Amino acid sequence: MPPHDAAIPAPLGLLAELTHRCPLGCPYCSNPLALDKRDLELDADTWGRVFREAAALGVMQVHLSGGEPAARRDLADIVRHARDAGLYSNLITSAVGLTAETLAKLAEAGLDHVQISIQDSDERSADRIAGYDGAFGRKRALAAEVVRLGLPLTVNVVVHRANIERIAPMVELALALGASRVEVAHVQYYGWALKNRAALMPAREQVEQALREVERLRSEHHGRIVIDAVVPDYYARYPKPCVGGWGRRSLNVTPAGKVLPCHAAEVIPGLEFWNVRERGLADIWRSSPAFTAFRGTDWMMAPCKTCERRAQDFGGCRCQAFLIAGDARAADPVCHLSPHHGLVEQAVLARQDQPYRYRRL
Amino acid sequence: MNTPRQIADTARPRLPRGVRLAHNEAQGGWVLLAPERVFKADAVTAEILKRCTGQASLAQIVDDLAKAFTAPRDRIRSDVANLLGSLADKKLLELD
Repeated sequence: MPPHDAAIPAPLGLLAELTHRCPLGCPYCSNPLALDKRDLELDADTWGRVFREAAALGVMQVHLSGGEPAARRDLADIVRHARDAGLYSNLITSAVGLTAETLAKLAEAGLDHVQISIQDSDERSADRIAGYDGAFGRKRALAAEVVRLGLPLTVNVVVHRANIERIAPMVELALALGASRVEVAHVQYYGWALKNRAALMPAREQVEQALREVERLRSEHHGRIVIDAVVPDYYARYPKPCVGGWGRRSLNVTPAGKVLPCHAAEVIPGLEFWNVRERGLADIWRSSPAFTAFRGTDWMMAPCKTCERRAQDFGGCRCQAFLIAGDARAADPVCHLSPHHGLVEQAVLARQDQPYRYRRL
Repeated sequence: MNTPRQIADTARPRLPRGVRLAHNEAQGGWVLLAPERVFKADAVTAEILKRCTGQASLAQIVDDLAKAFTAPRDRIRSDVANLLGSLADKKLLELD
């Protein structure tokens, strides 16, 4: 195309990456390898304007993420801006560096929901994965504080080879912490996770066992906790409908104000991103070259172009197509119909135990 | 395992903290906002959820809806109970 106004859908969610700073070093971090520096971060008032413009576009939920959002001293002001814009606010935190006192201020400022990531149900393994001694204990303590304040809690467990056989104890930990929801999130291979892919990749039997385990746990805990999980895409037959379709349901603003169709989009060479410092969000959503590049289905090549699932999974993930097949317009190579699918099978076989390369600033 | 739950006439359903009913033109009408999830709500669902304030009992909500929609009370009770039960299972409603 370029699409006409009527063809441009309203976004529903905004991922606000408030900072790339984080005390943890998780080897599966999806942040880019080149991190935004602190002095480039948008200030709270600019975030306020972005939230108002997002709400006017149709956005209803804002996910306050990072890095670790609590690294920002003005986090309560940012939450207040989200509430004043009428957005549902979700804090995505490692819980490390977030004090009970700050959390109480966030609740008072109108925070709607907290998501805490847990690296494992086994303390020593959890701290080893996070690259931070004592992280596990701090997470437990902050989760208790979230529940004490009456805020709803989601526990996010990131699953990979080192913990995939402990899905049940991790879900039970989430229940014990008072979570109403748990996300079983298999590692997605972008950013630091791609660097560590060989060390993180589980075996097929482990993945299949994990999927059966989730079904069993859903049934066992029905009505007590919601378990959200997806099939890890390297082992799936079809790709995930990445971000619900490019430029269709969500947008991402980096710490320095660049607006991306998804958090990993900067890996794709040649895409031009616009910045909220220079333009309004509606203009960016509608017209920025990065958003129009893969919106709709006209950009597709074979086999996506004529695939009956093209409006369902949108050809999968553009970043993964570039990272594995070397062309962002190609079919996501995790799809069994992709001519590059053999590269995914090779990556799966290349798994091996080796030390993590931890994310560091 | 997943048997449908029975809901007493005296239950006072309410949306828990972190779950909100909101109207948004750009998203095509009523939506239920929940932790990291958004559900479209049709007009009937929205009418039911607007009454789930924690003040009214299930019996009162059903009476009110029967009046507003001039529909048979039994049928409304069973539709409302099914909806509330399934929302409670998804942690989107508290029944107490």
